[in-house]
Amino acid sequence: MVEEEGFRRYIAHIILWIGIAIVAFPVYLAIIASSQDNAVIANGQMSLLPGGHFFETYYQTIFVGTSGSTREPVGNMMLNSLVMALLIAIGKIAISIISAYAIVYFRFPFRMAIFWLIFITLMLPVEVRIYPTYKIVADLHMLDSYAGLSLPLIASATATLLFRQFFMTVPDELLEASRIDGAGPFRFFWDTLLPLSRTNMAALFVILFILGWNQYLWPLLITTRDDMQTIQIGIRKMITTTDALTEWPIVMATAVLAMLPPVFVVVVMQKLFVRGLVETEK
Amino acid sequence: MQKQAIFQSKLLPYALVAPQLAIVLVFFYWPALQAMIQSFLLQDAFGLSTSFVWFENYIDLFKEPAYFEAILRTFFFSFAIAVSSLSFALLLAVMADKPLRGSMLYRTLLIWPYAVAPPVVGVLWIFMLHPSLGVLSRYLRALGVDWNPLLDGDQAAALIILAAAWKQISYNFLFFLAGLQSIPKSVLEAAAIDGARPMRRFWTVTFPLLSPTIFFLLVVNIVYAFFDTFGIIDTMTRGGPGKSTETLVYKVYTDGLLGGNLGSSAAQSVILMIMVIVLTGIQFRFVERKVTY
Repeated sequence: MVEEEGFRRYIAHIILWIGIAIVAFPVYLAIIASSQDNAVIANGQMSLLPGGHFFETYYQTIFVGTSGSTREPVGNMMLNSLVMALLIAIGKIAISIISAYAIVYFRFPFRMAIFWLIFITLMLPVEVRIYPTYKIVADLHMLDSYAGLSLPLIASATATLLFRQFFMTVPDELLEASRIDGAGPFRFFWDTLLPLSRTNMAALFVILFILGWNQYLWPLLITTRDDMQTIQIGIRKMITTTDALTEWPIVMATAVLAMLPPVFVVVVMQKLFVRGLVETEK
Repeated sequence: MQKQAIFQSKLLPYALVAPQLAIVLVFFYWPALQAMIQSFLLQDAFGLSTSFVWFENYIDLFKEPAYFEAILRTFFFSFAIAVSSLSFALLLAVMADKPLRGSMLYRTLLIWPYAVAPPVVGVLWIFMLHPSLGVLSRYLRALGVDWNPLLDGDQAAALIILAAAWKQISYNFLFFLAGLQSIPKSVLEAAAIDGARPMRRFWTVTFPLLSPTIFFLLVVNIVYAFFDTFGIIDTMTRGGPGKSTETLVYKVYTDGLLGGNLGSSAAQSVILMIMVIVLTGIQFRFVERKVTY
């Protein structure tokens, strides 16, 4: 190994800890703020140490919500976010894996045309087709519904591409062997291909869950009813930056609750997360 | 590339692609087509009649100084976010790549902000730097800075850039670390034997070998700054004060929302589509190159 004298190592440790502090400070502040009294925060007198209102604030946030205009309990928003995230992640994986299976293991007219049709959706993020998509969802009477929140986002070029690449590396002998055993396309998919894809599916699930949970623009457009809003939308409705009425401890508690599930997933399933991130970007 | 061993079936493959195809056609291609058609139409004030106006919406758009400013602003934001986030992440990755005790812990403590949603990033940063109650604003004012991002456009822009760059550090860090770890140690050892000091080794060996990663991340960061900053902007400044933090995506959103000009909003969407196609094109060409050499 190249020389690394002690002094340089100390510098590296120090720089990394500074980096961690910069990255963590805004979140530390949020946790602290969620345990303090609103009047103190509003005065700009917030202390950098925890206050005594921690449980009280979280109880009110989760079960009651703010006392102002949006009286929706954040617990309900989290449930909406969870349902949406799961529908998006599972939906994307399910429809992508079967499309990839068709494209790799069958020959049929328009096979490549269909593949390209799916592939090109990479270039059509929701931001470039906001209002026409909104109109279609409205025409289909899917505003304020879980179907409206998830269905339009379920197509996935990345997932289809990933499964296609993976299936191409599966040896042909496996198919021949299971055919000798009398397996048809369903049995082969279910008994052979699906178990082999487990790690890929898990890595993809981690990334797609975070992506789904963090959706913002789309739910913002199509949810009007308070009981259908996701936590990301709820938090925006709570802050009125020019208004002194913002209940900051509750806003910060909501921010913490909004971060909790995806950050937990990243930290606990770090290996799968890194794998998923690197593979979906290829 | 094609599989040799396949199944024979006429209908099954269509049934398998049908769900994805249906979603893609209904929610992607149909709206995209609608946007394109709409961008050539002009609706009268009451929405009663529409007429085909060729490129009038586009021409009007480019005559509008606000649109031109939004383009420049978006590019400036992208550049500032990419450069600041990439350089800081590279510094951290170079440090974390050294054989240090606890390097796995460092990685864990640096990658989690990837999971924080853009609107939450906005809320965290506006709270920290809020003019009247922000904890850091106190220190800024003590330093003599007249800090009020809710009134001062340049300060608001700086706030957006900082917050957006903050969120992207973890992503860039992760890819830089992977890039650094794939550089063969023997090359660095050879440079060390030749007497190159660590700083020189970094600039003459590591940095050039890292250039594919840097280029890839540059494109990803620009795409991020174009699209994913929407949530940050919407919770922090809502495009203001004035229009000083209005990016292209935010403008499409507000122009269409105010129920106003559908034709103009559609034309803006189509221009964004072209930009995405160019950016993705660049990204894929690069990925292909990486595969072949």
